[in-house]
Amino acid sequence: MRHTLTILCILVCQSFVFAQDCNNILLGEIIDFHDKTPLADAIIQVKGNKEQVYSDEFGKFTIKNLCNGSIELEISHPECSTRFIMVEINGNTHKKITLEHHLEELNEVKVIGSTINKTNSAQEKTLKTEQLERFGSSNLGDALKQINGVSSLNTGSNIVKPVIQGLSGSRVLILNNGTRMQDMEWGAEHAPNIDINAANKVTIVKGSAALQYGGDAIGGIILLDQNRIPKKDTIYGKTLVNGVSNGQGGNISTELTKAYENGFYVKGQASYKKLGDVEAPDYVLSNTGVSQFGASINFGKLGFESGWSAYYSYFDTNIGILSASHIGNVDDLITAINSDEPSKISDFTYDIKEPRQNVKHHLGKLKYYKRFEGLGKLNIQYDIQQNHRFEYDIRVGDDKGKASLDLKLTTQTLAADINIDAFEKQKFSFGILGRYQENFPNPETGVRRLIPDYEKVDFGVFATTEYKFSDATTLDAGIRYDYSKIDAQKFYITSRWEERGYDEDYSDIVVSDRSTQLLTNPKFSYHNFSASAGLKHRFSNENQFRFNYSLAQRAPNPSELFSDGLHHSAARIELGDLRIKSETSHRLSLSLGKDTYTWGYEVSPYYNLISDFILLEPTGVEFSLRGAFPVWEYRQTDARLLGVDASIYNNWTNNWRTDHKFSIVKGKDRTKNEALINIPSARLQNQITFAKQEWNNFNISLQSEYVFKQNEYIDNIMVYSPQQDQEVELDINTPPSAYHLLKLDSEMKFDLKNTKALTVGLGINNLLNTEYRDYLNRQRYFTDDLGRSFTLRLKLNY
Amino acid sequence: MIKRNTILKNIKKVSLIAFSSIALISCSDDDDAPEEQNEEEVITTVIVKLTPEAGGTAVTLMSKDDDGADGPNAPVITVENLAANTIYNGTITLLNETESPAEDITLEVAEEDDDHQFFYAVSGAISNTEYTDMDEDGNPVGITFTLSTTDAGAATLGVTLRHEPKKPNDGTLTDAGGATDVEQTFSVTVE
Repeated sequence: MRHTLTILCILVCQSFVFAQDCNNILLGEIIDFHDKTPLADAIIQVKGNKEQVYSDEFGKFTIKNLCNGSIELEISHPECSTRFIMVEINGNTHKKITLEHHLEELNEVKVIGSTINKTNSAQEKTLKTEQLERFGSSNLGDALKQINGVSSLNTGSNIVKPVIQGLSGSRVLILNNGTRMQDMEWGAEHAPNIDINAANKVTIVKGSAALQYGGDAIGGIILLDQNRIPKKDTIYGKTLVNGVSNGQGGNISTELTKAYENGFYVKGQASYKKLGDVEAPDYVLSNTGVSQFGASINFGKLGFESGWSAYYSYFDTNIGILSASHIGNVDDLITAINSDEPSKISDFTYDIKEPRQNVKHHLGKLKYYKRFEGLGKLNIQYDIQQNHRFEYDIRVGDDKGKASLDLKLTTQTLAADINIDAFEKQKFSFGILGRYQENFPNPETGVRRLIPDYEKVDFGVFATTEYKFSDATTLDAGIRYDYSKIDAQKFYITSRWEERGYDEDYSDIVVSDRSTQLLTNPKFSYHNFSASAGLKHRFSNENQFRFNYSLAQRAPNPSELFSDGLHHSAARIELGDLRIKSETSHRLSLSLGKDTYTWGYEVSPYYNLISDFILLEPTGVEFSLRGAFPVWEYRQTDARLLGVDASIYNNWTNNWRTDHKFSIVKGKDRTKNEALINIPSARLQNQITFAKQEWNNFNISLQSEYVFKQNEYIDNIMVYSPQQDQEVELDINTPPSAYHLLKLDSEMKFDLKNTKALTVGLGINNLLNTEYRDYLNRQRYFTDDLGRSFTLRLKLNY
Repeated sequence: MIKRNTILKNIKKVSLIAFSSIALISCSDDDDAPEEQNEEEVITTVIVKLTPEAGGTAVTLMSKDDDGADGPNAPVITVENLAANTIYNGTITLLNETESPAEDITLEVAEEDDDHQFFYAVSGAISNTEYTDMDEDGNPVGITFTLSTTDAGAATLGVTLRHEPKKPNDGTLTDAGGATDVEQTFSVTVE
C-alpha cells in the first residue's frame, strides 16, 4: 500500500513539475498574406505531436501547455499551401502567421461559397464535425438546436424540423452538398430527408442574405458540406457507433476516403440507425420506433484549372407515429388533451406499425468547374432528386397495409454561376438556374389526393458583389429574380369548390364536371424579387459589427395552395387557398461580437416584417358521418417577428469554461393584432465545461436548458362536441408549462498506433428524468416528451 | 492527358444531355387528366328504423352526408318523435348513395360481422338498448337491437360503427378500439 502511495505521489508530483515548466500558451493569429483577412479552419499542428487545433472565424487559435523553447508548427488550410514555421516560445507567446490564400480556387473541392464565411454581413454559425458526431444517432434538427436562435418543430422525437428565428418549413432552405433539397418540406410532419452522418459540417445562415442559394429563404439557409479532400496519395476513414438507452438502439456510421496526388478522389459513406419505442419518464411511447439507412458516394477529379465531381446519395427512413396520436375525431382529441397519459400504452417493441411514414430520397449531382485566368471561376451543376413519400394510416379490410398517401416528387436542376475575383478590392458573382419539378400522387391509395398532380418550372438569376472598403470594412450587395410557374390538375368536391367561393373566382379553370367532383387545372405564375445589402466592420478592439438588410419573396408551396380535405395521419381537415400569393419579407439584422482567447460574446437582434405571411391555424370543426374533425386553414396576414440571440462565454482558467446563451422571438399578427401561432418559446442555456488535454483530451460538460412558457399565443377555439352535446373549448393552442433539462456529456480520445485514434464519449440527456411537454411538439396533446437517456459513442479514426 | 480530355468531353456531353433533357421535359405537354378518385366504401346515409314491439307505425331517424368526410357540408339529420314507455325493435341501414342505385353497406357489415360492431349510447328519456343479433362467435353486432323509452322528455341516441374492434369487448368504445366508420348522435323527443 505504501509503495502504491509513493509511486502515485511520484507520478503526481512529476506531472505537477512537468506542468509547471510547460504551462505556456501560444496565442496565434492566421491571416491572408494578401488582404490580411483572418483565415478560419486552418489546421495547426505542433511537429512531433498528434494534436491538431483549428483557427476560429477570426483566424485565432491557441495551443496550451507548451514548454519554453522553439517548436515547429505545420499550418495547413484547405485553401492555402501548407507552411512550416519555427516559433520561439518564451512564456505566453503571441504570433501572427500569414498564409498564401489564393490557392483556393485552384484547389476547389467544395461546391459553392467559401469555408471562411458564407456571407459577409449575415448572422451565421457553423457546426463542425466533432459537434455533429455527438448527434449521430439523433437527427439534423436536434443537432442544429445547439446553435443559438434555432429551435425545432417536432412530431415526436424522430420528425424534427429546424426552426430558424421562429420560421420553418418552406422558409428554410436546405442545401445538401450544394443541392437544394426538394423533399416536400411543406408539411409540418415532414422532416428533412438528411442523414446527419453524411455531413462533415453544417452552417446556418439566418435570414435570406445568401442570395446565391435562393431568394425565398425568409427563415434562413442550412448548408451541409463535406470536408475538403487533400490533393495527395492518402486513404483515411472513420467509423462511429452509438448506443442509446432510450429507444434501446443506436446507429453505426462509416466513411472512407481515397485521394490521389493527381487530384482524383473517391469517398464513400453509409449509416444505419435503429431505435425501438422511446420512453417518457412514466410510460412507453408506443409505436415511436425508427429505422433509417443512408449511403452516399462522391468522386471526381480536381484539377488546377478545371475539375469535376459526381455525387449520389440515398436516404430511406421508416418512422413510427405515436399510436395515441391516431385519433378518430374531435371528441377523441378533447379526451386526449384532457387526459394526463396517452390512451394507448403497450410494452416496448422494435416493431413499427401503422400509423407510420416511409420516405425514400435519391439525389444525384454532377458538377464541373473551370477557371479563366484574369477573370474568375465558372461552375456548372446538374442535379436530379426523387422524393418518394408514403404515409400509412391504420386501415382495415382490403386496404390494410396500403398507403394512404403516396407522393413521388421528381426535381431536376441545372445551374451555372461565375465568380469574378480578379479584382483586388471587389468580387462579383453571377448565376442562373433552371428547374423542373413533377409531382405524382398515386391514385392506388384509394384516398383522395391531398396534394395534386402538378408540374412546376422555376427560373432564377442573381448577381452579388463584395467590396472591400478598407482593411476593416467590407460591404456587400446582391439582387435576385425568381420566376416560378405551377401547373396542377386537381379534383375538388363540388361542395368544397363552392364553399371556398372558387365557383365565382376560378370558374375558368374547371376542365370537366363529374357531378360530385370537378376536375380543375390551376395554373399560377409568380415573379419574386429579392435583394440584400450589408456591411461588416472590425473595430480595433476586436469587436466585430455586422449589419444586413434583406428583401425576400416566397411563392406559396403546393400545400398552401391545394390542401383540401381530411389529412388522415393528422386527423384534421387542412384547407389551402388558391388565392394565396407570394409573401414578402423585409429583414434587418445586427450583430455585435467579440471572440478572444479568454472570453467572447455575440448579440444579434433582428426585425422581420413579413407582408402576406402564410400561416396555418385551427379555425373550427366540420361534421361528417364519421364525426367532427378540427379544420386547419391557411390564411395570409401581415406579420412581424422581433427577436434577439445573445451569447457569452468565458475561459475562467485553462481548464474551466462556461457558455451562456439566450434567445427570444416575438411574433405578431399585425392585421388581427394578436400573437402568431407556433412561435418558439424563449430559451436560456448555460453550460460549464472542464477540459484537460493531458488526460487523453478529456472533457466533460454539464448543460442546463431552461425553456420558458410561451405566453403569447392565439385563442383556443370553441367547437361543438357531439359526445357532450354542447359547445366546448378545444384547448388546442394553450402552450405547456416551462421546463428545465440537464444534459451531461463527456469525451476522451486515445491515440492508437499508425495515426489511428479512438474516441469514447458518454452522454446523458434529460439527466433528472424530468416530465415535460414542448409547445412546438405536435404530440404534446397526447404525451410527455422523452425521459432520461444514456448515450455511449465510440469513434475510430483510421 | 488523353484520358482527361475524354472525361472532359464526357462531362460536356452529360451537361448537354442534361440541358436538352430539361428543355425536352419542359416542353412535353402531358396534360392527360389524372384519374378521378372517390373515397372507397363511402357511407352517405345512416337510417335507424324503430318499430314498436307491440305494433304500430315505425319511426325513422336519418343522417345524410352527400359530400363525405372531405366535403364541407355537415350531415343533414331528420328525426321523428318516439312514444313514451315503449319498447322498439330497431334496425340500422347504411347506404352509399353516390352510386345509383344506392349500395347497401349494411350487407357488407353483416357479411363481415366478426369485424364490425355498432355501439349505442343513450341519454335522457331513452333508458337502454340491447343487442338482438350476434356473429358466429356469439359476440354482438348491433344491426338489430331493441330500444326502450321512459316517460316523456328529451333524449339522445348515439350510434357508432367500429371496424375491426376487439371482440369480445366490455361494451365501451375505449376497450373496443378499431377504426370509426360512423359516429352520429340523434336528438329526439319522447312524447
